[in-house]
Amino acid sequence: MGWFSKFINSSIGKKFIMAVMGSFLMIFLIIHLIGNFTLFFGPNAFNGYVKTLDSIKPLIRVIEVVLLAAFVFHIYYGTLLWWENKKTQGGKFIGKYKINGSKQNSSFSARTTFITGSIIFIFLVLHLGTFFWRFNVYDPQNLAENHQYFVIVNEFFQIWWYVALYVIAVILLGYHLNHGFQSAFQTFGWNNKKYFPFIQKTGTVYAIIMALGFASMPIYFFFFYGGNL
Amino acid sequence: MIKLDSKVPAGPIAEKWTNHKFNMKLVNPANKRKYDVIVVGTGLAGASAAATLGELGYKVQAFTYHDSSRRAHSIGAQGGINAAKNYQNDGDSVFRLFYDTIKGGDFRSREANTYRLAEVSTNIIDQCVAQGVPFAREYGGTLANRSFGGAQVSRTFYARGETGQQLLLGAYSSLNRQIKLGNVQMFHRREMLDVVIVDGKAKGITVRNLLTGEIESYAAQAVILATGGYMNVYFLSTNAMLCNATAAWRAHKRGALFANPCFTQIHPTCLPVHGEGQSKLVLMSESLRNDGRVWVSKKVNDHRPPNEIPEDERDYYLERRYPSFGNLAPRDVSSRSAKYVCDEGRGVNGGRAVYLDLSDAIKRLGANVIKEKYGNLFDMYQNIMDEDPYKVPMKIYPAPHYAMGGLWVDYNLMSNIPGLFVAGEANFSDHGANRLGASALMQGLADGYFIIPYTIGNYFGSEKPTKADVNGSEFQESKQQVKEITNKLLSINGKQTVDEIHKKLGHLLIDKVGMSRDEAGLKKVISDIAELRDEFWHDVKVVGKGEELNQTLEKAGRVADFLELGELMAVDALNRDESCGSHFREEHQTPDGEAVRNDKDFAYVAAWEFEKVGKWNLHKENLEFEFVELATRSYK
Amino acid sequence: MTNTNINLTLNIWRQESADAKGDFEQFKVTVSSDASILEMLDELNNKLEKEGKIPIAFESDCREGICGTCGLVVNGHPHGPLPKIATCQLHMRNFKDGETLFIEPFRATAFKVIKDLIVDRSGFDKIQQAGGFVSFNTGSAPDANAIPIPKEIASLALDSAECIGCGACVAACKNSSAMLFVGAKVSQFALLPQGQPERYERVMNMVAAMDEAGFGSCTNTYACEAECPKGISVTNIARMNRDYFMAVIKK
Repeated sequence: MGWFSKFINSSIGKKFIMAVMGSFLMIFLIIHLIGNFTLFFGPNAFNGYVKTLDSIKPLIRVIEVVLLAAFVFHIYYGTLLWWENKKTQGGKFIGKYKINGSKQNSSFSARTTFITGSIIFIFLVLHLGTFFWRFNVYDPQNLAENHQYFVIVNEFFQIWWYVALYVIAVILLGYHLNHGFQSAFQTFGWNNKKYFPFIQKTGTVYAIIMALGFASMPIYFFFFYGGNL
Repeated sequence: MIKLDSKVPAGPIAEKWTNHKFNMKLVNPANKRKYDVIVVGTGLAGASAAATLGELGYKVQAFTYHDSSRRAHSIGAQGGINAAKNYQNDGDSVFRLFYDTIKGGDFRSREANTYRLAEVSTNIIDQCVAQGVPFAREYGGTLANRSFGGAQVSRTFYARGETGQQLLLGAYSSLNRQIKLGNVQMFHRREMLDVVIVDGKAKGITVRNLLTGEIESYAAQAVILATGGYMNVYFLSTNAMLCNATAAWRAHKRGALFANPCFTQIHPTCLPVHGEGQSKLVLMSESLRNDGRVWVSKKVNDHRPPNEIPEDERDYYLERRYPSFGNLAPRDVSSRSAKYVCDEGRGVNGGRAVYLDLSDAIKRLGANVIKEKYGNLFDMYQNIMDEDPYKVPMKIYPAPHYAMGGLWVDYNLMSNIPGLFVAGEANFSDHGANRLGASALMQGLADGYFIIPYTIGNYFGSEKPTKADVNGSEFQESKQQVKEITNKLLSINGKQTVDEIHKKLGHLLIDKVGMSRDEAGLKKVISDIAELRDEFWHDVKVVGKGEELNQTLEKAGRVADFLELGELMAVDALNRDESCGSHFREEHQTPDGEAVRNDKDFAYVAAWEFEKVGKWNLHKENLEFEFVELATRSYK
Repeated sequence: MTNTNINLTLNIWRQESADAKGDFEQFKVTVSSDASILEMLDELNNKLEKEGKIPIAFESDCREGICGTCGLVVNGHPHGPLPKIATCQLHMRNFKDGETLFIEPFRATAFKVIKDLIVDRSGFDKIQQAGGFVSFNTGSAPDANAIPIPKEIASLALDSAECIGCGACVAACKNSSAMLFVGAKVSQFALLPQGQPERYERVMNMVAAMDEAGFGSCTNTYACEAECPKGISVTNIARMNRDYFMAVIKK
C-alpha cells in the first residue's frame, strides 16, 4: 500500500478527509449565504448576482466540480465511518447499554451528525433538483433573458411543504455545523486548552448564523413577500 | 543440611559490587539466546528484569495473573523513589542513603546488599528519566525532590502522588519493546502455583490459566520470582486485592527458605477502617507528613470536632516525643505512637484514628501550593471520607503495608535453590526490620534493572544449567499436586466462604502479630491459626468448577497459603525475642516505650525451612556489621 | 462520614462466556452508605457463595483508582455517574434509598466479554507494544539532569501519562474508539525530549495497531473525556492527529 492510501484508510486519515471536505463546504456556505442575501434586495439585485456568476461560468464550473467532489467525499467517508463504527459497538453477544448515559457525556449535535447529515443530504438532492436544475439545466437561456431567477425562487418559496422542509433542513444543518466547525479544528490537531473554548463558541455562532440566514429567506418569501413581484 | 552462604564478596563496602561485577562469569552474546528465563510477576521488579534480560538477549517468558502487566500493585506507590543523587546539595551521598536504610531497618539487613541498593539508586533515576517518566521538575528544568520519613535530606524523586504508576509504566514500556522485538513472550492471566525442581535446581513452573482453568507447565534454565509481598495475609491491608503469597509460598514448600516473616510494616498514614464490609485500606502518601502535623486531643474520649479543640489541648505527640525528626519519624515509630495514643482513648472521638493536619501549611504556603503538591491525595480523601481536607484535618490510622520479610536470597538474589532468583518485595534482602519510605520502588527497580541481569549471567556462566523436558516426571508430578489441591478445595463444600475465613485470620494477625507482639499472645495465636487452618480445610465452601474462570477458587488457594504463612509469621515473631523496627515485643522496651534491640542474640536473619505444615526448621545467617556501627536507633 | 444503610435493586449483567447470550439478573441488597460499589458486590458474592450459587465475576485490584483493573458501567456511565473516579471509588452514599441500578460490563467489539462483568482489554497492550516506549537499553541512560525539561512540559506530560488504561474511553464512546487512550501515550512522548527520536514512527505504529485491534474512529463527541476517571483531555487526541499528519508527510 502506498503511503497515501494507507493514510486515507487509517482511522485518522478518514477523519482528516471528513474535516478537509467539511471545512471547504463550510467556506462555501458562507459565500452561498452572502450571495443569497441579494434576495432581500429585490429581483434586480438577485438577478444581477446570478448573472454575474453566469459571466464567469467556466470558473464556476470548476468550483462546482470541486464542490461536488467535496460533497461526495464528505458523504462517502461519513457513511463509511458510520458503518465501520457501527461494527465496533457490540455485536451479537455484546449489545447496547440498558441505560444510555450519552446525554450526560456528549452534546446532541455531536451524537447526531450522521442523522442530521442524512437528512441534509435528502434536502440537498431536492434543493439541487429544484433551484440548480431550474437555473442550469431546464431552460437556462430563457431564464437569463427574462430575468426569471427571482420569480422561480419566489415560486418555490410559496409552497408550504417546501418551505417547511427547507427550514427544518437548515436548522439541522445548524446542528451539523455546530459540531463540524470545532470538530474540524480538533481533527487538524488545533486544540489547545487556551483557545479551544473560543473556537467552540465561534463554531456555535457560525452555525446559528448559517441556520438563521438560510432559514430567513423562505420565511421571508412565504410570510412577508407574498406573490407581489 | 542447608548451609546459608550469603556470598557477600570481600573487600571495602564501596568496591564490593564493582569487584563482584568484574569477577562474575559472563555469557557471550551468541550463547545468551540458548538460555530461557522465566519471570513470574511483572510489577516493577519483574517487568524491569524481564525487559533487561530481553535486551541482553536471553529468551524470556514472563507471567502475570493480571490481564496486563501494567496493573501490578507497584502502581499503587504514591510518594516517590529515593536516590542518592545529592541534586539538592544537602549532604546526601551513597553512604548516607545506605546508612539511613540500615538504620531505618534497625540493623537487621545485610550491609552489602543495602549498600549496593544505595549505589545503584542513582542509575535508576537516570534510567527512568530516559524512559520518559515525567518526574516533577523545578522551574529551571532540573529534577525536583522532596523529603521522606527517616531521612534528613531531600532525596525523593516523585511524580505527583503517582510515582509508582509512572515508574511501572516506564518498566512496562521497556517490557513492551522487548515483547515487540520477540525477546520476551508474555503470558497474561496465569497464576504460578508451583516451582518445578529438577536435580536440585529450579527448572520451571506450573501455572493455572485463569481463563480456562488449565494447568500448564513451562520450562527454563532459571526462574525469577518477582511476586510481591504478603501483607494481604492481614486481610485488610493497603495491598491490592489480588496480592498474595502463593508463588513465594509454594517455592518455600519446595525448599526455598523464608526469611524474617515477622518483619511486616504497618504504614502510619492510611485511612481508618469504616466498617465490617471494608475490603481494603487506602494509603495516603507519607509525603503528607512533610507538611502535615499529626495530633490527637490531650483528653480521653474527646468528641469535639477537630476545629473546636484549642491549640493548647492538642497533643502533637510525634513532635513532642521525637523533636528532631518530628512528624517525619520512621514508619514503625509513627505507627506505634498512633496505636498508643488510640489505646489511651485519645484517638478521634475516642476511636482508632489520629489527625493529620495540614492547616498550618495551607496558611503558610496557600491552598494552591498544597493543591499542586497533594491535590490528588486530597481529592482521594474527600471522595472516600466525604470530608474536605482543605477545611477539616484528615483522619488517619496505621495499616499493614509492606513485607520486609520474604524468600531468603544471597548477595546474587538467588535463593537457596540454585536457579531460583527472587526480586523486589518477594525477597527479604534490603530493608531489615523496617523499610523507609520511597525505598520499595528503589529496591524493585534496582533488583530488576541492575542486579539480577548481572547475577543471572554468573549463574548461567558458572553452572551451565540445561533446560529440562517440560513433559518430564518432575513437571508431571508438580501438575498432579496442583490439581489435587484444586480438587480438594472444590470438594470440601462446607459452610464458610473463603473471605469469612480470611477475615478471621486477619483479625488474629493484626491483633497479635501487628504493631506490637508479646509471648503469650504469639503462643496463643499460633494454635489459633492452626485451628483456623483446620477449620478452613473442613468447612470452606468453594463454588464453581476447576476448568473455568473461577475467582473463588483462586482466592481459596491464596488463603490456604496465608493460613500457613500466618503461622510462620507468629513463629518467627515468637522466636525473635527482642524489639527491632516493625517487630515490637512488649517485653523489650525502655520505660518510655522505645524498642530495645538485642544485638548479642538476634543480629541474624531468621531463615525458615519448611518441613511440613506447621513445622519449620530455623537457619540463622549472622549479620556482620563491618562498616556501620550498631547503634541504638534514635529519632529524638 | 455518616453510616446509614440503603436498600437498592441491582440489575447485574450475567454472561457465561464471550459467545453466550447474556441477560440481567436482579438482586435486592441492603448496603452501608460508606461502602464502595465493589464492596457491595463483595458482600453480594459472599451471600451467593453461601447459598451455593456462582458469584458475579468482576475484576478489581488496587481499589484506589490507579491500577485500571476495575470497570463497570453503572446506569449507563463507565465508572458510574460521578466524574473523575474509577468504579472502585464510587461510594454508595451517592445513591438514594430505593434506587434501581443497572450494572453492566464495558461494551465494545474490541472488548469481548469473558464472563459477566469481565472484558478482554488485551487490545490496549497490543497498541502499547506497537510503539509506546522509548527505545534504549538499560544502562545507556545519561545523567537524569542532563536533559532539562521545563516544569510545565513535565507537568503536561504527566497529565497525559496519568491514564490508567481502564478502557472507560472506549466504553463511553459511541464508536468504541480508543483514541483518547492512544492519544495520551503518544502525547506523553511527543511532549518530552526523550520521545523525539521515535516521535513520528511511534504515532504511525500505534495508530496502525489501534485500527487493527478493532477500535472505532473518533467522531469528536468527547464522551471519553467526560467519563475518563483521570480526566485525560481530548487535546491529547488533537496532538496525536497533528503528529500523525506530520508523520505521514515526513515518513
